[in-house]
Amino acid sequence: MNKVYGKSILKGIAIGNILFYQKGEQSVKRVKIEDIQAEIQRYEEAKEKAVEQLNALYQKALKEVGEMNAAVFEVHTMMVNDGDYIDSITNIIETQQVNAEYAVATTGDNFAKMFSEMDDDYFKARAADVKDISERIVNILCGREYGDGIGEEPVIVVADDLAPSETVQMDKDKLLAFVTRHGSSNSHTAILARTMNIPALIGVDIREEWDGKLAAVDGYDGVLYVDPDEDILKKMKLRKEEDERTRSLLQDLKGKEDVTLDGRKIKLYANIGGVKDVASVLANDAAGIGLFRSEFLYLETDDYPSEESQFQAYKTVAENMAGRKVIVRTLDIGADKQIGYFDLEREDNPAMGYRAIRICLDRVEIFKTQLRALLRASVFGNIAIMYPMIISVDEVRRIKEIMDLVKKELEVDGISYGDVEQGIMIETPAAVMISDQLAQEVDFFSIGTNDLTQYTLAIDRQNMKLDNIYDSHHPAVLRMIQMTIENGHKHGCWVGICGELGADMTLTQKFIEMGIDELSVSPSYVLPVRKRIREIRANSMTVE
Amino acid sequence: MVKFTFVVNDEMGLHARPAGALVKEAAKCTSKVTIRKGDKTGDAKRIFNVMGLSIKAQEEVEIIVEGEKEAEEATALQTFIKENI
Repeated sequence: MNKVYGKSILKGIAIGNILFYQKGEQSVKRVKIEDIQAEIQRYEEAKEKAVEQLNALYQKALKEVGEMNAAVFEVHTMMVNDGDYIDSITNIIETQQVNAEYAVATTGDNFAKMFSEMDDDYFKARAADVKDISERIVNILCGREYGDGIGEEPVIVVADDLAPSETVQMDKDKLLAFVTRHGSSNSHTAILARTMNIPALIGVDIREEWDGKLAAVDGYDGVLYVDPDEDILKKMKLRKEEDERTRSLLQDLKGKEDVTLDGRKIKLYANIGGVKDVASVLANDAAGIGLFRSEFLYLETDDYPSEESQFQAYKTVAENMAGRKVIVRTLDIGADKQIGYFDLEREDNPAMGYRAIRICLDRVEIFKTQLRALLRASVFGNIAIMYPMIISVDEVRRIKEIMDLVKKELEVDGISYGDVEQGIMIETPAAVMISDQLAQEVDFFSIGTNDLTQYTLAIDRQNMKLDNIYDSHHPAVLRMIQMTIENGHKHGCWVGICGELGADMTLTQKFIEMGIDELSVSPSYVLPVRKRIREIRANSMTVE
Repeated sequence: MVKFTFVVNDEMGLHARPAGALVKEAAKCTSKVTIRKGDKTGDAKRIFNVMGLSIKAQEEVEIIVEGEKEAEEATALQTFIKENI
């Protein structure tokens, strides 16, 4: 048995025979030619055929992996038709009086080199695209078919590297996993593997002699077993069955309503930390985004993010969610999240210090920029705004004054904005105790159980020594939640939970009995929680 | 000659897809369209020129349009970039 490690792109298990994938013979001979015009004609015909093939691939990819991933083939077509690329090829044929194959291969190498010498990983990786299009033309010139060698049996494809055109061409039903020596997590192959939902390992020290051997890919631990022994094989099979059971169970829940056995509907939303996470929100079929942590916009830059860059991020998310609710939490930094350019002073007790809304109400310009970007983006979807770390009615009123000011400024500038619901995080005992008053000021509450637990129990969540008494099921915490729900409902506020407790399925029943309207959880928990919601009754017991 | 600048907001920079979209749109112009980043310039109608500039997130890029219909084509390009890139 061989055990080799790689970087896993997708969690999952695959068991099957290895197909060692080899590209067609790549050595191109340099041959002197007599008739330059005929050679250029040959090249031009091959170029046209390459464009036809790429168009067909684009159509295939469009159906199988969507427009975003298919666009690469449109770019490949542009590369084939690029003026500089064509000029270089015809120039080599003319001046060196050589065959078209050689001219294309040489030009491909030169252009690939331009990319591989760039200082950015993404652009470096594009050298593979240039090589891919050049190989395509060379193959057409030589009359070689662009076959994949995959037979009837599904296989684990092992290769040095795979070009996007190669992965898309392969028959999806026959693919168990990809294992490659090269490639990056940015490569199209990695992206496609994620879209196709098959395990993939990169950076593996592969060997040709593995061809045809039985293997197991463990995408959880990033391990490839070649010729696995009985024990490993058994372990992998069990893991795979378990995977499939959970997956099929959960896939069945897609498109189903989040409703209890006795008909209570729950809004089941997802928490995200950036634009990138929207794909998994949609893949897991969440009904909306219950917590969009806007901090990432501030953490990723070296200076305050502009209104425009924030607007673009919010707009993208709102548009992609296509009318489903997107609740954006305004800047929540301080405490455990520090940002250099904010120049915050060191504090002895940052959890109770200068953070979140306290910073925003003090440095109003930063807050106004964010609100302006959010209001502008609200035209493109269903955006709601949520304010963190509230302790008083006065804070909420000041926020609303600033909000009115920003709206007036937008009106003066002739910029339109949509209706946005406004809500607050309930994460301090103070907010719970006055939740009846707060409810009269806002549209919704979202309970942040992590901070609420820490402040209610007076336990620093960063202190490992206190882990054993940090109990988020503490009756005090649960009563806080219940009180918040009751006061919210009394005054027409809907109430949700966006902290970690929202995904705690031992409490789902209790929360629903308490009357919770919304649960917002990490995307991967959406379907498991949906399953739980659908098994319980809202009115089966009386609340303690 | 009409010029305008824009900042690439996409976190991966002007990567293959938006670069392709820009080239496709520039190709529709009758004017000469040049793309400039710092002291490097390229023909915006050629994908390798555009990608060769290796334009990353938050970098400022200038588009220079020269031709008989430069004014209207520059406006059209600017609108397209705002909406798509």
